[in-house]
Amino acid sequence: MSLGRTFRHGIHPEEHKEATAALAVERMPFVERYILPLSQHAGAPSRPLVEVGARVRRGQKIAEAVGFISTTLHASVDGQVVAIAPRPHPSGKLVPAIEIVADRSSPQRFTAVSDLGGALDPFHLEHERFVSELQLAGLVGLGGAAFPTHVKYRVPEGGKIDRLLVNGCECEPFLTSDHRLMLERTADVVRGAEIAAHQLGAKLVVFGVEHNKPDAIAALERAVASVTAANAAAPGGDRPEMRVVGLAVKYPQGAEKMLIRAVWGEEVPSGKLPLDLGIVVNNVATMAAIADWFDLRRPLVERLVTVAGPGVRRPANLLVPLGTPVRAVLEHCGGLEESTREVVMGGPMMGTPLASLDVPIVKGTSGLLAFTDAEARLPAEYTCIKCGRCVEACPQFLNPSRLGRLARAGRFDEMVGYHAKDCVECGSCSYACPSGIPIVQLIRVAKGALREQALAGAKPKP
Amino acid sequence: MNRAPDPRLVVQAAPFLRPQVSTPRIMGDVLIALAPATAAGLWFFGLSALLVVLASTAACVATDWALGGRAQLADLSAVVTGVLVGLILPPSLPLWMAALGGFVAIALGKAAWGGLGHNLFNPALVGRAFLQAAFPIALTTWVPPQGLFALYSGNLALPFMSAPADAVTSATPLGQMKFLGVSTPLADLFWGNVSGSIGETSAAAILLGALYLVARRACDWRLPAGMLGAAALLAELLHQIAPAKYPGAMFTLLSGGLLLGAVFMASDPVTSPLAPRGAWIVAAGAGGLVVLIRFWGGRPEGVMYAILLMNSASPLIDRALQPRRFGGSAPKVGR
Repeated sequence: MSLGRTFRHGIHPEEHKEATAALAVERMPFVERYILPLSQHAGAPSRPLVEVGARVRRGQKIAEAVGFISTTLHASVDGQVVAIAPRPHPSGKLVPAIEIVADRSSPQRFTAVSDLGGALDPFHLEHERFVSELQLAGLVGLGGAAFPTHVKYRVPEGGKIDRLLVNGCECEPFLTSDHRLMLERTADVVRGAEIAAHQLGAKLVVFGVEHNKPDAIAALERAVASVTAANAAAPGGDRPEMRVVGLAVKYPQGAEKMLIRAVWGEEVPSGKLPLDLGIVVNNVATMAAIADWFDLRRPLVERLVTVAGPGVRRPANLLVPLGTPVRAVLEHCGGLEESTREVVMGGPMMGTPLASLDVPIVKGTSGLLAFTDAEARLPAEYTCIKCGRCVEACPQFLNPSRLGRLARAGRFDEMVGYHAKDCVECGSCSYACPSGIPIVQLIRVAKGALREQALAGAKPKP
Repeated sequence: MNRAPDPRLVVQAAPFLRPQVSTPRIMGDVLIALAPATAAGLWFFGLSALLVVLASTAACVATDWALGGRAQLADLSAVVTGVLVGLILPPSLPLWMAALGGFVAIALGKAAWGGLGHNLFNPALVGRAFLQAAFPIALTTWVPPQGLFALYSGNLALPFMSAPADAVTSATPLGQMKFLGVSTPLADLFWGNVSGSIGETSAAAILLGALYLVARRACDWRLPAGMLGAAALLAELLHQIAPAKYPGAMFTLLSGGLLLGAVFMASDPVTSPLAPRGAWIVAAGAGGLVVLIRFWGGRPEGVMYAILLMNSASPLIDRALQPRRFGGSAPKVGR
């Protein structure tokens, strides 16, 4: 396996991972109040199954999926539902949420497995049942996009999946939660991947990890070797081949299409999905969550969050119950430095800026970063000198300079011809731009306008 | 729970990591890269060189300030243009002409197009092209290098009065080659002890600056490399066909303004294509044109026109050679 496989273009931002990479995961203590938005995933919001005043138990289903591209929501604590009403959401909007006040006397143990119908053997499960189980578990991609996992696992009619790519790149600076997960829950990651690959009918599983995590690569290699040996000894060993692939440290290595290009040298055609190449890509944390559901019947009610950045007094990797207010998490980490100006949910390249600390940790929260005055200051903006740094940074081979100019001029329609819709919004162009032009934001705005145009056009005229 | 007041949060769009390179830093790098060539100019043409460069730079900065306001000066591009204008002028040029060249470079070469980033032609070359057309004699009056303390009387001519003739004039190596068929030793061309424009004399000094520029990634290396490569190839080819008539690759590379133009003007990002393939095409075109003009044109030197002509082709080439989007061509399917 050659070292330093990668995709073309991209950027090399400073990693900033040293503050938390060596910090073992600690459990965030339970707090008083939890806010569980009905939209923590891409797709239709979930529908509540509980009433205000209802007592709920940790792991209990409290909202169900509406349609296929939607998922289940579970109570993250024992407690009482005190409101089902709009609450601040990381997106900046007020979004309907179930608010729970935790039961102080509860030891906050998980609902017993027997209540949920006992452990399931995922290796002897109908594929349709497997897909609906993933939906019942409330699983979403834990890398940040929060796309419902079961949707990826429904192999379309006539489609064939031959490869599973487990994403352990964690290419966003500052974040180390996936790194810790790979070290501390290596067996569960591999176990989840085995289950997933079996259900997909994939013959090959590749764990893609950047070379800045050599300990994670080594741990995965050991785990894979022992599982492979055990499978070889077991009868009827029709298990997939598993490999760990070290990748160059480059952003956005963990973007699905870039990762596939890095591992196999194949380009997912524009407008198509990895599925069209017979590949499913999932985050390492999602793999561990799959194992949790089938082995322990634990739904997705907590996740790993890296709390870091110059504004955080005590950086940490925390296992946080979903719905925990950001404020509580930051207070647990010693509070914010007074110079803090910016709190970001997710990574520093693609994260979401928070306007309020009252928003909750949601399924897609991979990190909480606080930046101070020094980092929050926008760069001075100059006119584009066509230096081409954005072109050399864009992993989708677009012309961000041109797109930015067109966007600023409001010429959105022309941007389609320059493939604006292929932009993955990774932010490499903005990072590379010496003129301080917010290129990716300009493109984002234009894409939004184009989407709205398309929607307006699709609707029948009144 | 002790509750400190929340910080006043600002909401800005991702990414939250700031660029590590800025336009003023790139321009600053260009200035640093120009330092060896400027120093060489001083060494060979003395105070005169300093005065000409100062005159053109002061005019550029003043014009930029007058037309665009003080804030615009922060990007340092006017200083770069000013120094470049000075470096491509004869050392004995009347200072008022150097200043006029600087004014035209900024006013017509940049501001008239909408400012930095919008101009079609390299501003410094626009300034020089104007001077060449307006004052053809003064722009082709060359003096021999007279050392660090040289002060040529031509510098002090008053506006629109005839320039006092310098006691000694001297043809440039290109002029000697073209009109007399006399070659200049390559060592002189390399170190710079020859007459010519202030910044073009010493190939060694320019190459030093070029190394710095490329090391700092302050310019696209393809542009100078392509232009020099194309010029050398074509010159050597013609030289092999008619050795007595045409000089070879080394003379072509080291004489005149080719090096200076290739490294500091053809590489201007604003006036060259974004796409790498486009850069190669424009660079090769400019290199080829230099040789064509030098060998068959009416003037001994053609770097300025070669670059300006290819500048005009840049937007078209850029439009024609947009980058291929990821997954846009037939994907490599299978393993």
